[in-house]
Amino acid sequence: MTDATSASAPASQPPRIGSILHESDRTKRRNAAERRFRLYGVIAISIGMLFLAALLFAIVRNGIPAFTQTYMTVQIELPADVLDENGNRDPEDLRKVSTFGYNPLIAAALERTVSEAGIETEITDGSDLRDMLSSAAGAQLRDTVLADPDVIGTTQEFRLLASSRVDGYMKGRVDRESLARDPNLSPEHLDVVDGLVDAGAINRSFNWPFITGSDASESRPEQAGMGVAILGSFFMMLVVLVLSLPIGVAASIYLEEFAPQNKFTDFIEVNISNLAAVPSIVFGILGLAVFIQFAHLPQSAPLVGGLTLTLMTLPTIVISTRASLKAVPPSIRDAALGVGASKMQSVFHHVLPLAMPGILTGTIIGLAQALGETAPLLLIGMVGYIATNYPDGVASGFLDPNSAMPAQIFEWAKRADPAYYERAWGGIIILLVFLLTMNLIAILLRRRFERRW
Amino acid sequence: MPASWIFLIVVVLAAAGYVLARGRAMASAGGDQRRLHSLPSYYGTNAAMAAAVPALGLLAIWLIAQPMVSDLYVSSGLPEAIQADAGERSLAMADVRRVADGLDYAVSQGAMTREEAANLSVSANDIRERLGAVGIALGSDVDETTLELAQQYRNLTNTGNTIRTVLVLLVALASFGAAYMMTAKDFRARNTVERAVLILLIAAACVAILTTIGIVFSLIFNTLDFFSRYPAAEFFLGTTWQPSFSGRGGGSELGFLPLIWGTLYISIIALAVAVPLGLFSAIYLSEYASKPVRSVVKPLLEVLAGIPTIVYGLFALLTVGPLLLSAFGNDGVLQLGWMSGGTAAMTAGLVMGIMLIPFVSSLSDDIINSVPQAMRDGSYGLGATQSETIRQVILPAALPGIVGAILLAASRAIGETMIVVLGAGAAASLSLNPFEAMTTVTAKIVSQLTGDGEFNSPETLVAFALGMTLFVITLALNVLALWIVRRYREQYE
Repeated sequence: MTDATSASAPASQPPRIGSILHESDRTKRRNAAERRFRLYGVIAISIGMLFLAALLFAIVRNGIPAFTQTYMTVQIELPADVLDENGNRDPEDLRKVSTFGYNPLIAAALERTVSEAGIETEITDGSDLRDMLSSAAGAQLRDTVLADPDVIGTTQEFRLLASSRVDGYMKGRVDRESLARDPNLSPEHLDVVDGLVDAGAINRSFNWPFITGSDASESRPEQAGMGVAILGSFFMMLVVLVLSLPIGVAASIYLEEFAPQNKFTDFIEVNISNLAAVPSIVFGILGLAVFIQFAHLPQSAPLVGGLTLTLMTLPTIVISTRASLKAVPPSIRDAALGVGASKMQSVFHHVLPLAMPGILTGTIIGLAQALGETAPLLLIGMVGYIATNYPDGVASGFLDPNSAMPAQIFEWAKRADPAYYERAWGGIIILLVFLLTMNLIAILLRRRFERRW
Repeated sequence: MPASWIFLIVVVLAAAGYVLARGRAMASAGGDQRRLHSLPSYYGTNAAMAAAVPALGLLAIWLIAQPMVSDLYVSSGLPEAIQADAGERSLAMADVRRVADGLDYAVSQGAMTREEAANLSVSANDIRERLGAVGIALGSDVDETTLELAQQYRNLTNTGNTIRTVLVLLVALASFGAAYMMTAKDFRARNTVERAVLILLIAAACVAILTTIGIVFSLIFNTLDFFSRYPAAEFFLGTTWQPSFSGRGGGSELGFLPLIWGTLYISIIALAVAVPLGLFSAIYLSEYASKPVRSVVKPLLEVLAGIPTIVYGLFALLTVGPLLLSAFGNDGVLQLGWMSGGTAAMTAGLVMGIMLIPFVSSLSDDIINSVPQAMRDGSYGLGATQSETIRQVILPAALPGIVGAILLAASRAIGETMIVVLGAGAAASLSLNPFEAMTTVTAKIVSQLTGDGEFNSPETLVAFALGMTLFVITLALNVLALWIVRRYREQYE
């Protein structure tokens, strides 16, 4: 620092212009400009960090509630005369009682639970109280009965999904004011909910079905889960890995080790660098036109998604693979050639193994990029209410319509019910956990195996 | 025989071929490896590749070509009126395929016997109901021609599958046989294998060319199809974007200008956020920051680049949009009333700007770091302060690279989809107000191709024309960026 102050200069002498001891106006200006410039940099970085913090804060704050879910514990009587009129426990006859047939049982049980808990409320009708539970509750009961007909005629304890409004109230998303305009639940219900919470009938627990379950229809956000979409993403990544790694590595080996300097090689290289900059949605159009329109592959299938993403990821993998091949010093190749290896042997036996950690790192990063990509998937139809059941078997995993994690998040973000927004944020947490894991593996691989020559 | 079985058989054959040919080579050398031309494994590899590569290549081509050929053949049986219109033809063919697949499925499930499926008639059997029973839902009742064509389609597919099985296995066996017969101790197996491997490597490198060709063709054909249904001049010069929702001709105004306006407006907002922030971050990190600060801040900034765009989209829709609305909206804190909804050009532009910060900063960082230290030292020696050195020496030297980086960021911004789909709104408007909802080329590609419109209507095909313009614009920006970097780059020895 050159800004010594004039305090040390003798006061009697008029300071000389430009002295090191005295800061002239010009120097002051220049130093001020220097400090300002530096400040701009600090401000820019702070704003960047602030955005990052805001983004992460929004994700965590809005997404964490999706990982807990409100359940209501109710004792439900399963009378034989309603569920099994013929009394022979024949599964065919049991099946005839539809989901709606179970609703009166739930309503009666709710009335009893509420009166036992000593809650005074204007809502006395059980079917009105039924609104506090998910519309999936009937199906839950029916599944239990069909799985084990012996429970008929007994009273069983059930943990039933609460409706998304009750769930939102427990999480602070819904309050009495917002319910005033809501046809699904009234503020009076919340008084009952408060009473049931005190009685211990309503509680929140970790939401495994959100991680393992399937998508649900628009009116049942409390039931929707990411499981099937995760599986769809998994099958897609399998396709991407199996295709893009060998093709990408082979293409890079050719371009880096064998390709002669000519127009054809230049053309390939220009193509690759251009493809790396093509917007992802254009790859979606390509997938739609080539794989679905032209080759008649099934729409919405993870296979098609995987093929499309493969083409999108290839340039990334080629670029990183070429960099790691280039990092292997020529002395390795020369030594191999010197002891009589052919060019091909020197590459496959010596250069490639040494470049492998770098190649794998690049591949994992490319896969992570593909995993988070949404736009091409929308065009090949992997969005909508499709991730509803698990594929049965490996072949149908590739060929049956499915969604993928980012597409599922997009689907939820589009739905009108705010309860789905919470699911979307929660889905983002799951997606980011996957991405983080992949990137950590890539970093560890690099730390552990990377060699500096 | 299903394709997966053929694939497995060929793979097993290749594995067996490896062992056999290796054994034959060793036998021909009398068990003495030194008398072979190549290492024994090369003889095995040669035979295995001979068995697998041509057969699997044929299988792949067959799998793609057969549906197309049978489609073409069967569709010639459709009534003239349907054949004339591409849209109706593809619909009719989809019906035919559905019935054919449904019958095959019913047979495989045991719901119909083979003969029964082959002798169905429209009047006697209720095909729709029977297929519905095994889970194949048909849109309408099956008519005479559809059933006839479906049977024809099934026959063709069956014959094709038989021929495929025979031909692929024959090719595998013949090619393996030839390789096996050639296997002798003086056969130059290594050279053959290496030549084949090189061809495979070249083929892999050509995938990039094929992808580009695929992109260009899928865009061009559908774009031309669009322009034959909708005048090009109205598309490029139209100022209203109003597709009719019926999706069936007439009444749609598909003007391109509001879309490109929205795209450019949002991109400019994004760049106005990203360029100053990214550039100053890069300058600070490469010139001022101490090593520990740099090693923490740089990866943190790059985290922003690794976050998927859907996350930014959600952030725009659910966090930034409502926040802006509460500041600039009708009931906002500032009482300005500029904004009527959370989704606006500003929302999308701001969030996109955040996404682009690391893109600009890491590219600029590399470029600034590549300016040689001697230039800095020279400037300091003349008495310049650090900021004067940066402004008057380093930035001018790095300028071409930085301009290139900004152009690349612009091409990213123009091609970005998820943020604008979620954050920018759906109304196409030629407005100047950044707080108004706008839409972009990419957002409209998504909405036109995911809608319910028929595939051959101009409302759907316009997406390809939009894709084409998007492709051309981003390509031009990339080429321009590369050209600027090459043309104006300072060369330092």
